[in-house]
Amino acid sequence: MGMTMIEKIIAAHAGFDQVYPGQIVNARVDMVLGNDITAPVAIREFRKIGKDRVFDPERIVLVPDHFTPNKDIKSAEQAKILRDFAKEQGLKYYFEIGQMGIEHCLLPEQGLALPGEIIIGADSHTCTYGALGAFATGIGSTDMAAAMATGQLWFRVPPTIKFIYSGKLPAWVSGKDLILYTIGQIGVDGALYQAMEFSGEAITALSMDSRLAMSNMAIEAGGKCGLIAVDEKTAEYLKGRAVRDYTPYYSDSDAAYQKVFEYDVSELEPQIAFPHLPENTRPVSQAGDIKIDQAVIGSCTNGRIEDLRVAARIFKDRQVHPDVRCILFPGTQAIYKQAIGEGIIETLIDAGVAISTPTCGPCLGGHMGILAKGERCISTTNRNFVGRMGHTDSEVYLSNPAVAAASAIAGYIVHPEGVIS
Amino acid sequence: MIFTGKVFKYGDNVDTDVIIPARFLNSSEPAELAAHCMEDIDPAFASKVKKGDIIIGGKNFGSGSSREHAPLAIKSSGVACVIAESFARIFYRNSINIGLPILVSAGAATNIKKGARISVDLDTGQINDLAQNKVYQSEPFPEFMQEIIKAGGLIEKIRKELAE
Repeated sequence: MGMTMIEKIIAAHAGFDQVYPGQIVNARVDMVLGNDITAPVAIREFRKIGKDRVFDPERIVLVPDHFTPNKDIKSAEQAKILRDFAKEQGLKYYFEIGQMGIEHCLLPEQGLALPGEIIIGADSHTCTYGALGAFATGIGSTDMAAAMATGQLWFRVPPTIKFIYSGKLPAWVSGKDLILYTIGQIGVDGALYQAMEFSGEAITALSMDSRLAMSNMAIEAGGKCGLIAVDEKTAEYLKGRAVRDYTPYYSDSDAAYQKVFEYDVSELEPQIAFPHLPENTRPVSQAGDIKIDQAVIGSCTNGRIEDLRVAARIFKDRQVHPDVRCILFPGTQAIYKQAIGEGIIETLIDAGVAISTPTCGPCLGGHMGILAKGERCISTTNRNFVGRMGHTDSEVYLSNPAVAAASAIAGYIVHPEGVIS
Repeated sequence: MIFTGKVFKYGDNVDTDVIIPARFLNSSEPAELAAHCMEDIDPAFASKVKKGDIIIGGKNFGSGSSREHAPLAIKSSGVACVIAESFARIFYRNSINIGLPILVSAGAATNIKKGARISVDLDTGQINDLAQNKVYQSEPFPEFMQEIIKAGGLIEKIRKELAE
């Protein structure tokens, strides 16, 4: 019997020839990630273990990105815990304000997340790196502490669900729409405890930025990870970035899958996830008359250069609606700089878009765009739970960047072709 | 270990954002987190909950973010145990790792009513709806997870292993 990609990665890191779904193993981890919310708790737990040093100062990444630049005194104290720990332990990959980006935009960009690796992060969207053929998954602070001390962690080998997407995506439809559509089909617990494997001609055709957006939201279906096999695009993306050699793994043709879903996406529309669950998806043509107060473009889902380019294309020579605040968050300093070089930022500013330094900001209701009671926001982020972006009586609608930009111009949720003729 | 308490009941997909909203995550102090536990789904929870009470949810309890602050807030508020039809993956790991008892029982999650007094035997996994005199058997944990639970959490387990 063959093995799936994730079974091979786990087997290689646990010292086995073969592993089976349901089996619990201790596996070596290649990278351990934490942020300014989760790492302070992990550092507190690490101290209790009684080891003075982390297992490898080159395999721990700390990114203060959630409440930074520090939004208040308490947040400043939390961020300081990371900074002090990074200095004390001589961590190679601590990213200070000015260098940092939104963690799941930053790690791929810096070549710190690589094919065939096991990457754990005390952040649920760590599954983003599945787009690079890594087994990457979110864990908690205590798991992070254990892994910082020992370089290992326990895993239950998940069964794999295979998703095959056929057909050529229409204009304005991206990886974000594929994953929203998928979550709409299987539900927010449709892949609970399972690995998702994305394949098919529509995936092969996707850009790396769109693939990263797709894997990013595997957790929104309850998935442990969202894997895409390494191909020429992946190799090209990693050229000049990868900080280590890497070994890609591929699912065998006779591997056993829990389920297989096949979708023809040649007529897929941009998708909107209505409040208050990512599974409440509709094609944008079925959105109805939804007036918005705010549009957020960015985040670990859609803060990459492709996302900024598509926004600029729509905002070019147009204006944000007078009743709408539009805020854009480039994912990293490098993306921000590239966007300046390409004239994207100037176009956005001319359109009346507010640009922020990279931060998770309003995505999780942290800062930089909190919603008042009764307000509605269209957002390229990943969650639309009750109170996610502010007041419990506010609403978040999830979409791709093109729809968010077009809606910011129209003042209501609209297909990009509704503002670009 | 057996304890008895009153049930706080919620539906499916109780996410970590309503268990402990992000606006309170600039602190990781257990008492502070407990003061805001369940605030966005049940604003009165923190003032009503008593030590030994039990939370029952539906499917996919604890979905969303990896914040360990969520099980920590529940544990620090005095809740003895969370019962659900299913748990989101990271919440499940986090609860076992920090020693918050969680039990999977579709029957208990479906049938036990809000406000009911129930007793839970953590050794046998039995959940007893006292007024109804109805007993539900929860799913047993794999042996490896039982070891973490017995050790008092993942950190204690590793500390002991490293000392040996």
